[in-house]
Amino acid sequence: MARLVFLGRLEDLAGTAEMAVTPGPLDQVLAALPRDLAVALLDDRVRLALNGQILAESGGIALGAGDELAFLPPVSGG
Amino acid sequence: MVIDVRLADGPFDPAAELARFTAAVPAAGGIVSFLGKVRGDAGVLALEIRHYAPMTLPGFRALADTAARRWPLDGLLLLHRVGEMGPDAPIVLVAAASRHRRVAFAATDFVMDHLKGDSWLWKRERTAAGWRWIEPRDEDHGDRARWG
Repeated sequence: MARLVFLGRLEDLAGTAEMAVTPGPLDQVLAALPRDLAVALLDDRVRLALNGQILAESGGIALGAGDELAFLPPVSGG
Repeated sequence: MVIDVRLADGPFDPAAELARFTAAVPAAGGIVSFLGKVRGDAGVLALEIRHYAPMTLPGFRALADTAARRWPLDGLLLLHRVGEMGPDAPIVLVAAASRHRRVAFAATDFVMDHLKGDSWLWKRERTAAGWRWIEPRDEDHGDRARWG
């Protein structure tokens, strides 16, 4: 399995901080999620980090077994 | 050169932390510190800070290293709370030690400006109306831009 991690308000929207998903192309992984959550995750302001490294862009990403993909909404500031 | 960067998932004692840091940098001529705390009078009942372990602490370490390369410091302390805390609770303690005071003031200010906008932290606060996520402020970007 692969894992999705939701930070900030995305955790509230998802109803969970982490979710185990079947590995595969990101498009396919997102298609299996509730539509409103998938839309929020694809917001331009949400950054993605694969195994702790920020991705320059999300196009063409595929999750392998054991991968962790984090969705990082804008940080709060002080 | 002492670099002490930590996340605290429970309350910390700023005076004790500062005393420990001071003892670790005997060659310093001055130590500047900044303590950020939860405002006690703004109707905020609780503040929660969430982090992402694979990125938050590495980000703090990178920021401390940047400051240490930019100024001749004897030491730098960066301690940040995560989790839920109440009014008046300490949130962040930054301290810089150097031979001369201006360097310590500048490094502390630099670290705070970058912490405010660049850290992988998400905050929400609870008032009588319930929980509310805190959005980024435009001022934070301006504060960082001062440093070029």
